[in-house]
Amino acid sequence: MEALWLSVRLAGSVAAILLLLGMPLAYWLSQTKWRGKFLVESVVALPLVLPPTVLGFYVLVAMGSNGPLGELWMAWFGHTLAFTFFGLVVASVIYSLPFAVQPLVGAFENVDSRLLDAAAVLGAGRWRTFREIILPLSIPGVITAAVLSFAHTLGEFGVVLMVGGNIPGVTRTVSIDIYDHVQSLEYGAANRMAIALLLISFAVLSTIYAVNRRVWSPWPVK
Amino acid sequence: MTAPMLDVRMRFERPARQQAAFELNVEFQIGAGITILFGPSGSGKSTLLDCIAGLLKPRDARMLLGETIVQDSATGTFLPPQERHIAYLFQAPALFPHMTVEENAGFGLHHAPEDERRSTVNYLLAAFRVEHLAKRKPREISGGEAQRVALARALAPAPKAVLLDEPLQGLDAELKSSIVDDLRSWNRANQLPILYVTHHRDEVDALGERVIALDHGRVVGEGIPHTVLDAPRTKRLARAAGFENYLTAEVLELREADGVMRARLAGSNAELELPLGYAAVSDQVHVAIRAGDILLATQRPVGLSARNILEGTIDSVEIRGATVVCRVNAGAAFLVHVTPGALRALEIAVGKRVWLVIKTHSCQLVD
Repeated sequence: MEALWLSVRLAGSVAAILLLLGMPLAYWLSQTKWRGKFLVESVVALPLVLPPTVLGFYVLVAMGSNGPLGELWMAWFGHTLAFTFFGLVVASVIYSLPFAVQPLVGAFENVDSRLLDAAAVLGAGRWRTFREIILPLSIPGVITAAVLSFAHTLGEFGVVLMVGGNIPGVTRTVSIDIYDHVQSLEYGAANRMAIALLLISFAVLSTIYAVNRRVWSPWPVK
Repeated sequence: MTAPMLDVRMRFERPARQQAAFELNVEFQIGAGITILFGPSGSGKSTLLDCIAGLLKPRDARMLLGETIVQDSATGTFLPPQERHIAYLFQAPALFPHMTVEENAGFGLHHAPEDERRSTVNYLLAAFRVEHLAKRKPREISGGEAQRVALARALAPAPKAVLLDEPLQGLDAELKSSIVDDLRSWNRANQLPILYVTHHRDEVDALGERVIALDHGRVVGEGIPHTVLDAPRTKRLARAAGFENYLTAEVLELREADGVMRARLAGSNAELELPLGYAAVSDQVHVAIRAGDILLATQRPVGLSARNILEGTIDSVEIRGATVVCRVNAGAAFLVHVTPGALRALEIAVGKRVWLVIKTHSCQLVD
């Protein structure tokens, strides 16, 4: 159960961070007329196509004591970032980025642009328009983003293995735990964990499908 | 006219990308009261309003609202829409769907103290007769009510000018005129310049104080509706202003002393006497004639002052409500409107021989 609790904590932190980071990014993507926007979109979508090991590898290198991030971390905290819970959070945030940003962009772009024009001629600046018009009208998209990044983080394996290793209570998440059990031929224990993960994932997905039918929206064509 | 309160001179270019390239190049001033911006769809009306409101930024422009320079490309001045104090009503009410009517109407007043905001909102909701809907959400009210709320919302922050982009489209005539009446009585106290966009001729006549006609991104006429729209200068404007007949003719003879010229309709021997225009003999000219300005006779008329009497046959008869549309082949195809009573009295039917009677000055030369 320690592994399950760790996974939930990890997924919760990642979802919260992704909402904070994803909203400004998604807002910018939904409003910008910059021609190079597709480059940013591609970078955000990269984790969808890259094997987790590739991503995990680079994150590990960056976090290692010789990597840029790792050195900075070392200087501040006196230990490496890799193989810590926080290291896992950083890697998972990158890995789950598209699952937060894409639903947010979809929701923000869906807000009728005439409403934004109306707000502008009524004197509302960008921040007020975002807070009072765009955000309240994008609640289903925000829920989708939060739940998808939570669920996706909950089920990740490769990145965790690369970056976190297998330290009980620190980096041993459910998926690693199941793998461990199977390796040691403890099928009963593996099954219990697997069922728990399956049920949680199902509950999470049915929640968002109930809220919003357009979950797997690709980059909106508009 | 009073001193100009909204003074616009601007050029806006949209390069050919999704749509065809388009250039808007206009200059005009409007004073207090309703000025109608009239033109066929695609003539640049909405783009013009977006530029005035600051939602689009024309590259070359100088616009003044009273004493305030809202844009001057010579000095790089460009006030964002938030700072222009121009009310803008779109074709759709664009009410914020998650807010009540009351919250919508107060949206532009969020700097005002609570009690002032409440009294302004109550006053405007009452002025536009929607105070009983204050607690409703936009989806719970009708389209006409939504536009009334949108008007109240737009006027609440005490704007210095009002732009209306066909805001009453799709509402019935009675509803429309009652909303416009409410707007007029509100403006009696405020004396703001109001620019009202429409492409409906009947709306121009109903609202009409002053009209600016726009076509292909240019001002093609300015003045009181009667003079501007009864002598349209372009084909598209003629169509939009309700000239059903649009004909091409070749000039045969100029009679300067009489102020007329004779022309032969393209593809026929039928001749028309037209008012004198900028044309030389053998030039092609275009003529617009209202279907309602043509008389129909079942015998060759005599003793009339009208100079054009063309013989033809009825090709088709179509009854549209209180108007009967007859298509007459008289060398060229003419559309003629008669009343159902006339249809019965003259026993008009397909194939019947008729004479068309057209006054010289019912023929408008257009570009």
